[in-house]
Amino acid sequence: MTHTSEISGATAAPAERQDSLSVYFLVGVFLGIIFLKSEVASWFRIQEMFRFQSIHMYGIIGLAVAVGAVSVALMKRFGVRTIRGEEIAWPDAASMRPQPHHILGGTVFGLGWGLAGACPGPLFALVGSGLPVVLVALLSAVAGAWVYGLLKPRLPH
Amino acid sequence: MLEVLAQPWPWYVAGPLIGLVVPFVYWYGGRKWGVSSSLQHLCAATLPGKIEYFQYDWRKKGAWHLAMASGMLLGGFLGGRVLSSPTDTVAISEATRADLAELGISNFTGMIPAEFMSFDALLTLPGLVLIVLGGFLVGFGARYANGCTSGHAISGLSTLQLSSLVVVIGFFIGGLVSVHFILPFIF
Repeated sequence: MTHTSEISGATAAPAERQDSLSVYFLVGVFLGIIFLKSEVASWFRIQEMFRFQSIHMYGIIGLAVAVGAVSVALMKRFGVRTIRGEEIAWPDAASMRPQPHHILGGTVFGLGWGLAGACPGPLFALVGSGLPVVLVALLSAVAGAWVYGLLKPRLPH
Repeated sequence: MLEVLAQPWPWYVAGPLIGLVVPFVYWYGGRKWGVSSSLQHLCAATLPGKIEYFQYDWRKKGAWHLAMASGMLLGGFLGGRVLSSPTDTVAISEATRADLAELGISNFTGMIPAEFMSFDALLTLPGLVLIVLGGFLVGFGARYANGCTSGHAISGLSTLQLSSLVVVIGFFIGGLVSVHFILPFIF
């Protein structure tokens, strides 16, 4: 996983150059700790969320969005560039338009979230926390992604 | 310090910390933060077959997602084993506890209900539904929607994407159906 082939197309693909993988690894470590310590990775907390019985998950997601949105707005306002001085490609209007796959895929994901009680990040973190049975859920999620890839041409989008 | 970190982290601390990842990843790599792409990359790396969805350079496109996912494994260990004990009980609300007890759950220790989510229970109906079907739908749905909680609920809403709001509505339609209409029938 190194970055050796930067011979051609370096300007065409600004999102695919040499940022350090160890930094992303550390971001993952940071998130994994938070998922466990804030109990986002708890099956019980997800049950509580879908039963509207606590502010816990809503507070976490809501404040994450608030901090994310304010940060992004400030970055846009001040024209912040990446660490390497490149312009940031913010999502455009085309990606904003809702399509059938958004509601359909979102609903399928929600069905799984309510059962497994974990979304993809927490699945990785739970495996690391020493719950090998969650590896079965994670591999099932990979299988789900694979079957989606197989069926993609035939699904409504 | 360690004693404070070893307590459960309140939502008003965890939420902002997670939110900071969005601007950080944009600033550091010009990238939109999301986790579930890693599932696609794992397929592309292992069993791409002739499926068009997996025909791309996963090393180039996916190395950062996979590095982050690997970090989550270690973070899970640190958060779950070093800064907590697997025998800690999550302090869910009394109402949830009562509802789940009614479904037949008596063991509230740890992150997952061990009675139904364990290798012993894997081949029972609840085990299959929670672990195998639940996991499958998470992976299928995340790729169908082109993102999961991180990419849509957090990154997408942070950048004011209308499509992400639609996805999040879908999350709730699906989650409510699972919790209120499917779970009561499998336990």
